Parts: sequence; C-alpha cells; structure tokens
Amino acid sequence: MKIEIKQQKKGGIQLAVQDEMTIYTVQEQKRQIYEHLRSAREMQIDLGGVTEIDSAGLQLLMFFKREALSRGIKFSLVQHSQAVVEVLELLNLSKHFGDPIVLSADWKSS
Amino acid sequence: MSEFDAALNIFAQESEQLLADMEDALLSLEANPADSETINSLFRAMHTIKGSSGLFGFNPVVSFTHQAESVLDKVRNGERSIDAELISVLLDSKDHTAQLIEHCMADNEAPLPDELAGRSEQLIRRLTGKQETGGQLSSIEIPELAAEGGGEISLDDSWLISLVFYQDAFRNGMDPLSFIRYLRTLGEIKQIMTIAPGLPSGDDMEPENCYLQFKIAFQSDANKKTIESVFEFADQDCDIKILPPNSKVEEYLKLLEIQDESQVSRLGDMLVQVGALTQNDVDQALNHQRVIRESDEQAVKPLGEILIEQQVVQQPVVEQALKKQEQTKQKLAGEANYIRVDAAKLGHLINLVGELVISSAAMNLIVERHGLSDAGDVAASLNSLVSSIRDTALELRMVQIGETFSRFRRVVRDVSKELNKDIELYISGGETELDKTVVEKINDPLTHLVRNALDHGIERPEQRIAVGKAPQGSVHLNAYHQSGHIVIQISDDGAGLNSEKIAAKAIAAGLIKPDHGLAKEGIYDLIFAAGLSTKDEATNLSGRGVGMDVVKKNIEALRGTVSVDSIEGQGTTINIELPLTLAIIDGFMVGANRDRYIIPLSMVDECIEMDPNECEIDEVEHYINLRGQVLPYLRLGDYFHNRRNDFNKRESIVVVKSGQLKAGFVVDELHGEHQTVIKPLGKVFEKLKGITGATVLGDGNVALILDVQGLIQAAIKHNSRTTPLQIPKHLQ
Repeated sequence: MKIEIKQQKKGGIQLAVQDEMTIYTVQEQKRQIYEHLRSAREMQIDLGGVTEIDSAGLQLLMFFKREALSRGIKFSLVQHSQAVVEVLELLNLSKHFGDPIVLSADWKSS
Repeated sequence: MSEFDAALNIFAQESEQLLADMEDALLSLEANPADSETINSLFRAMHTIKGSSGLFGFNPVVSFTHQAESVLDKVRNGERSIDAELISVLLDSKDHTAQLIEHCMADNEAPLPDELAGRSEQLIRRLTGKQETGGQLSSIEIPELAAEGGGEISLDDSWLISLVFYQDAFRNGMDPLSFIRYLRTLGEIKQIMTIAPGLPSGDDMEPENCYLQFKIAFQSDANKKTIESVFEFADQDCDIKILPPNSKVEEYLKLLEIQDESQVSRLGDMLVQVGALTQNDVDQALNHQRVIRESDEQAVKPLGEILIEQQVVQQPVVEQALKKQEQTKQKLAGEANYIRVDAAKLGHLINLVGELVISSAAMNLIVERHGLSDAGDVAASLNSLVSSIRDTALELRMVQIGETFSRFRRVVRDVSKELNKDIELYISGGETELDKTVVEKINDPLTHLVRNALDHGIERPEQRIAVGKAPQGSVHLNAYHQSGHIVIQISDDGAGLNSEKIAAKAIAAGLIKPDHGLAKEGIYDLIFAAGLSTKDEATNLSGRGVGMDVVKKNIEALRGTVSVDSIEGQGTTINIELPLTLAIIDGFMVGANRDRYIIPLSMVDECIEMDPNECEIDEVEHYINLRGQVLPYLRLGDYFHNRRNDFNKRESIVVVKSGQLKAGFVVDELHGEHQTVIKPLGKVFEKLKGITGATVLGDGNVALILDVQGLIQAAIKHNSRTTPLQIPKHLQ
C-alpha cells in the first residue's frame, strides 16, 4: 500500500500518498482514496511523498476535488512536493485547489 | 485635345464592352438568379461606367448609373432579390445607359432631350420604386460591422491554443504536460486554463482515461507552423486549434495584400502561404467539408466558413484572402493577356505579310531560274518561315464567333416576348474562330436568318402543343470548321418549309414556270430569290420578301455559300459556309492560254490529265464523262475569250466542288499550289463574272482568282443550253 492513513478522527481523514502519481498508479490510487471518500467528511491529502506526477495524476486530484465538493466534504491538499507544485504552477491550477502551498527552503535551488 | 479624344475613344470602347458583358450577365441571371459572381459583375459594370463618365463630366450618365448601381448594391448585399422584373428593368437600363453615353459622346454640352430625360426618370422609378425606404442606411452599416469582426479575442498579442485530448491519450503514451512544458521553450504562456468538462463522477471516472482540455494564451514570435509542430505527435490523440493573435492578423492582411497576383490560388493555399494557417489546418477543414458533402444533403459550406467555425483563423483574414482572390481573378480576367491593337495597324501588317509572301515567291523563282543550289536551302527555310508568319498574322485577326452568337440571346429574348412565343436559344461551337472582317460582315445576314427562324420557323406555343411538340421552341446556333471553311448553322425545330407553298408563290411571282421540275432543294433555294416571302402576312420583323436575297448576296460577297435544308413539320436548318479569311488563301494555280488562274485549293476536288480511260469530253453534248459520272465543264480559255494558240497542248481537267455542285474546268497547265494574296479588283472590274480578285505572282504577272461558285453555275447553264438536264442515253 502506497497510501498511508496518517490520521483518522471524527470523520476526518488525512492520507499520505507515498508514491508517484502517474498513469501507472492512478487506477489503484483512485480505488483506495475513493473508498475513504465515501465515509469521510473531511479529507486531507499529504502530497509530500509524491515523487512524480503526470497529467493522469493531476486529473485524479481534480477528480477528487470535484467529488468532495459535490458531497460537501472538505478537501485539501497539503505538503505539496516539488513535483506537484511545479505542475500546479505550470497549469495555473494552484488557485483551483485553493490550498496554501508551502515552499520548502531549497525549492528555488532545485 | 487629341489625347482627350483618344481617352474618349477608349471610354466608348470600354463602356460598350461593359454594357455587352452586362447584358450577358443579366441574361444568364435569368437562368441562375443566385449567382453572386454575376451580380457582382453587374455592379462593377455600372460602377465602372459611372466612374469613367464622371471623369468626362457626363453628368446624365453619372446620375443614372448611380441609381442603377445602388440598386445592384442592394441586390449584392442581399437586401433586394433579383427577379424577372428587375432583370427586365436592368436590361432596359443597360440600353438606356448606352443611349445616354451616345448622347454625351456626341455633344456633352447639349441639354438632355426630354425623351431621354423622361426615360431616365421612368427607369429610376422602376429601379428604385419597390424598396426605397430604409435600404440606404443598412447598406452603409453592413460593411463596417464586417470589418470589426473577430472581437472575441481578449489577449491581443497572444496565440490562442486550444487542446482537447481524446480519452485514449494517456494510454497512447501522451502526457499533455510534456507538450505544455515544451511549448514554454518557444515563448511565454500568458494564461492557461485546465478544464475537464467531460469528467464523469464516481465510479464512472476511469483514471486512465484522459478528460483534460487546455486553453492557452501564448505569447511568442514563432510562426504558426512552429507552434503547431510542438503538438505534432499529439495530433492523433488531441484536437488542436491554434488561433493567431490579433496583432498577427494585421500582418497577415498585409501579406495577403502583397501576395503574388500572377495566378489565382486556392483560398487554403493563400492562407498557408502567409502563415495564417498550416497545411494541416487546411487538410482538416477540407476533410470536414468532404465529410459533410458525403454524409448528408445539407448545403456544403465554403472552406472559409469552415475555417472560421473551427477557430483556426480569424474572420477578417479569411475575408481579406477571399477579397484578394477575387481581385486577382478579376485582374487576370481583365488582362487575360490581351493587348488592344488598332485594327488599322493589324490590317497594315497583314498587307505587308501579303507583300512578303509575293516577294518570297519572286525570290524562289529567281533561285530556281538561276539554279543557285546553295541559295536553295536558304530560300526553302525562308519560305517555311514566311508561311508560318502568314498563318500567325492571319490568326491575329481571328476572333471567336461566340461573342457574335451570344448577342442573339437578347434578340431571341426580345423577339420571342414580342411574338408571344417561348423560344430558347442554344449556342454551340462559340469557340470557332474566323476572320474579324468576316465576323463583322456576317452579323447582319445572321440576324436576319435568326429573326426569320423566330418569326416564321417557330410556331406559337398552342400550335406547337397541337402538333405534339414541346411548347418551348428552340433555335440552335452552331459553328464548326470544315476543310478550310467555317460552317455556321442556324437550325430551328419549327414548322419547316412547305415546298409546295413556296413553289406556288414562286410561280405566282413569275420566278419559275409551273412545269419547273425542280427538286425539293431547288425549291428551298427559291426562298433566297428576291420578292418571295413564305409568310402570308408581313410582320414588322420579317416576311416582306426582301431580305433573303440580300442575305444570299452578302454571304456570296464573302465568297461563301448558303443552303437550306428542311423537314416539314420538324424544322429548318440553314447552313452558311464561309472562307476563314479574306486576305490570303491557299490557291491552286492553273494556266489556260498563257493566262494564269487561281482556284481556292479548298474547292479543288481532283486534277486529272485528259486520258480516254478515265474521262472524256463530249464536245457536242457538252459534258465530261468522268469514270461514269457526268459533270458539266467549262474550258477556261474559251470562257474568258482567250484565243487558243496551241492546239497540240495536252489539256487537263480540274474538278471543283462547291457545296453539292461539281464541275470540271478544262485547263492547259497545272502549276500546283500557290500561296495567294488576294488583291481586290477595282470598281471597274466589279461586274466581271467569274472572277473575285487577283493576285500578283512571283514573276510580277497577275493571276486571276476564280469565283468557283459562279463558274459552276455558268457551266451548268452552259450545259443546259445545249442539252437539257438529263443523262445522255448511252450512259443510262
């Protein structure tokens, strides 16, 4: 399992994706995260461990965001990894997800 | 002053041409009222005449054509529909414009006669009467709106790129992100929108499917092709649209402006050339067009519209390209690689070529006489050059007969209305060429024959229905080349000629005796006799019994022939056979008693040496028996009253034919083919029978050109005087 449940309390859940989010992994990731989405009222996804993300991964994030919204679930992304930030910037989607992005100190140099 | 006159002259010619074109256009509109190109040409004709008339201060013309022009402008903009009535008014307006121009050309200072002024007013009322109100305003607003088109683009100097990926894109190894990253190397992404409008919810969402779409505003100096090449690998998995920035539009418009005008290109090619489109865009649009055409009956859109619809190019660019295309077309059509040449200069040239032909014949003679073998080659090549110069020079004067033919469309239209008949004119062989002088001279006889066909030939619709024909009659004008001649046919599907009636009339008029014994063709030929009309009542068009004889005379003056063929109840066909040119012909030279004669080569059937096995002359009965065929003959020497001085000479026979008639000319010598420059004989010799002209030979002597037709008639008469027209008993 590449998705860890970091915290679970009162219907809120924080998941950490510890893997790439690409066309090779999205199928499984969707199944697992979607499972949690059914029961949760609040969901946080920690992207700190996402080493690589491609369009399919991005699309999956967009999907969850929309699903959560339509179910009235609070959904947020935290701990964006550099790979994720780069893509969100590239596609101008930071605003879409609306989550504060914390840049690590070595961001610029990388 | 002379420059002004020259300009005036050009104006007269131009407006005549424009009005003639206008008439053609109007008549073709009757058949095809939706043809915008034709409407445009009408508008341009009026517009050009108005403009040029303004230059010369022909105010009546200006004010009248202005009205016609505005009406046509409305038609052009689709504010007014064109119908039979408007066409008819416009035809009248065209005639009226010609009259106004004529008046102004004659004396611009003189006030417009009341009649013309009144007609102007009347026509203007008819032109504008219907939809005067309100039309004026909208006609001004429309072009302005169009010029501002394409206002949906917000980022003026950015390319707008739209990428719609297909569902299988991911599975095919596409990562849209990589394209966008690569795109950044070419310029700056000003704005990007990532959307997934087709993203399903819940379990339906297949994470390996691609639902993404991107809208990108991209700033770059790269051209469209380079930008398109970024997405080259994705074009199987993605719908790519690249719209050039508005600032580029200016550039494209400029590029279109200066594009090569030497040939008409297709719209797609033009846009690709200036960089507004890539070949890919064009191919896709064409593909789309083809799919529409194949799939259903819905009207096929023009390429330009599809391109705009697919948002690969802005409307103004397409419009400019279309305009440019139209301009180029017009320019090419206008030039059509023609040079206007003064007819007199051309005539002079032809005369000189004629002299050249004579001189070269003279030179050949000398070369031959002195046996200069080394000069012989030069002379031979000079000879062939001279004959090709001759042909080319004569071709310069060749014009297509089509223009003459199409003038009759108006005649047919007007006359059939006047006579309450429904008649359609069919024209074929319009591209057949003949000498301009012949064309000019054939116009009157042709008009007469066409009017005859309309008036006498075609029956009224009710009569036609009664005899089981279609109510619409047809007149067919046809032309074709046949052995050095041009044949012009006027055929109708009317009542045909009634030979008995003609014979009766001819007998009544004292033209033939009751026991005439004429065959049908002979009777038909009587309609060309003076004072005979087949129509019971005369109309103002025809039927007075004058005319057909004049027609025949005119045609014969052109060394042509005319014949009639008719099937009663089914129609009449009149064949006119004319020589192609009046200046130089290929002749066949013969000698009789020291004199030389030229027979037009095209009329020579065969030449035979007098040989008892093949033919013999019956001096008493006055006929030739040519392999069992009986021919009348003429001994040229006798006919022209030359005394024979050499009885031992062996005679030859030249068999000539004209139409169906044949005769033999008995001559002393056969000289062979000869390029003959026809020199008219002076007035003094006008009455000479059997001779149409003369030519100067290389040795300076004169040879007479024979009027073969007249001579055949003479031979027949000569024959019938001595023996009645019948086959001698021993031949039966």
